[in-house]
Amino acid sequence: MSIILENITYVYMPKTPYEKSAIKEINIEIKPGEFVGIIGHTGSGKSTLLQHLNGLLKPTTGTVTVDGQDIHAKNQDAKHAKRSVGMVFQYPEHQLFEETVYADIAFGPRNLGIEESEIDQRVKRAMDFVGLDYERFANRTPFQLSGGQMRRVAIAGVIALEPRYLILDEPSAGLDPQGRDEIFGQIIKMYQATGITVVLVSHNMEDIARMANRLIVMNAGQVMLDGLPVDIFRDCQEQLQKAGVDVPPLTVLMNKFKQRDLSVDHTVVTMDAAVDSVLAAVRRS
Amino acid sequence: MLADIMLGQYFPGNSVIHHLDPRTKIISTILLISSIFLAENYQAYSVVVVFIGFCIALGGIPLVMIFRSLKPLWLIIILTLLIHIFTTTGIIIYTLGPLTVTQEGLRLGFLMSIRLVFLIIVSSLLTFTTSPVALTDGIERLLKPFKAIGLPAHELAMMMTIALRFIPTLLEETDRIMKAQMARGADFTSGNILRRARNMIPLLVPLFISAFRRADDLATAMEARCYRGGDHRTRMKQLKITGKDWTAYAILLLVIGILLVVRIYVK
Repeated sequence: MSIILENITYVYMPKTPYEKSAIKEINIEIKPGEFVGIIGHTGSGKSTLLQHLNGLLKPTTGTVTVDGQDIHAKNQDAKHAKRSVGMVFQYPEHQLFEETVYADIAFGPRNLGIEESEIDQRVKRAMDFVGLDYERFANRTPFQLSGGQMRRVAIAGVIALEPRYLILDEPSAGLDPQGRDEIFGQIIKMYQATGITVVLVSHNMEDIARMANRLIVMNAGQVMLDGLPVDIFRDCQEQLQKAGVDVPPLTVLMNKFKQRDLSVDHTVVTMDAAVDSVLAAVRRS
Repeated sequence: MLADIMLGQYFPGNSVIHHLDPRTKIISTILLISSIFLAENYQAYSVVVVFIGFCIALGGIPLVMIFRSLKPLWLIIILTLLIHIFTTTGIIIYTLGPLTVTQEGLRLGFLMSIRLVFLIIVSSLLTFTTSPVALTDGIERLLKPFKAIGLPAHELAMMMTIALRFIPTLLEETDRIMKAQMARGADFTSGNILRRARNMIPLLVPLFISAFRRADDLATAMEARCYRGGDHRTRMKQLKITGKDWTAYAILLLVIGILLVVRIYVK
């Protein structure tokens, strides 16, 4: 029971002068309950990789199986398998189109042919997850909301499909720090409450360090590193630099302390934990 | 999906033809297209074939691309051929019910459809070897003299440039919104026409909103940089007629001369 990518290669615009292979021979397995962070430089193939997870792109070679089902088979099972993977694109608020917030969130479940009473429940649950008050927002037009609120409506639209895997492509892009914290807070809350599998793409290493329990680093269309975030931040700084991504500033600082023989815990990812660790180390020495 | 669509048919390259001034290429294309009408017999046609072949080879355009450019118009070409074959009067060589095939018809049909092929290939050569931006630049310069009679040359060219610039952007946007809605179970491919049109709403509404937003942003950005139309604007990349262009004109005039001679003396 997991998403398995086997030997995935995808070529954009084959047989033209613009031909370019976006990802090459990707082999990964995303297991249930994981919180996978994917990072990589612009053009490293992150978005292309994501679109293979729910069959929006068909790989040039290789197979994608979701819970044991090949999603490019031509049958109902494949359709169902695809539906268990929910996808939140970059700037998801650009996909809003309905007259009310309620109708927009209900669009997905309606397409699945779910009963109205159940849809009602799902919309309420989804709005609750993204922290939008049902009474206040359900009947408003989404286009008059703030950017952060619109994005939450769009994310709710995907959550209402109740997928087993939730894929988010840069969910915090273009939001102010407060909006970013809110979105991430809600994703973590949902991850902890439902045990949903999350795949999150982000430029921001700090976010990934704080949330993900597995980190995949993409470079030039291939998986460069795959493992625990703390291990990768500690052991693979050179490779990270080569991939064009920065180690979180906090980790850099802690590593510097360590080089100066201050016995701090360099695996901490939050500011509070870092402060505690430094204080403890200073007291000890 | 949609992102695979090629914009125009520009085929990036580094050939002499690619480096000609766009004005030269536009004028030459017009001249060549008109002179193709001078050709009326097989001898003249072979001159045209040789010259077009020469241009294709010089531009380094793969023949596959040339044939691909003919594809959308093959129906018209075949139709031209058939109409001429069956409607020309002359020496009958075959009868099929009310339809008669004549010797003159065969000849005329063949020449006419080949002429069409020539026209398509010549105009494709222009778009194969000239990037859309260079093309609009050239058009703007060529239209400049008509400003005196009130033709807004710069504005037209600017509109064309912006439109061209945003085709790939909007295609990408369409692709993304389509995928996002498909991921929410939207279906764009099945059902009857009415149903399908209704199913397009989740795609069209966001697309229009985004197009207006982009237009607004672009207008603001242009105003912020003090854009106020074409007067007194200078260019970073000046168009310059060089020796290459004069050589191109000379070769073209030579070919047109040959075509004229063939038309007058070869019967």
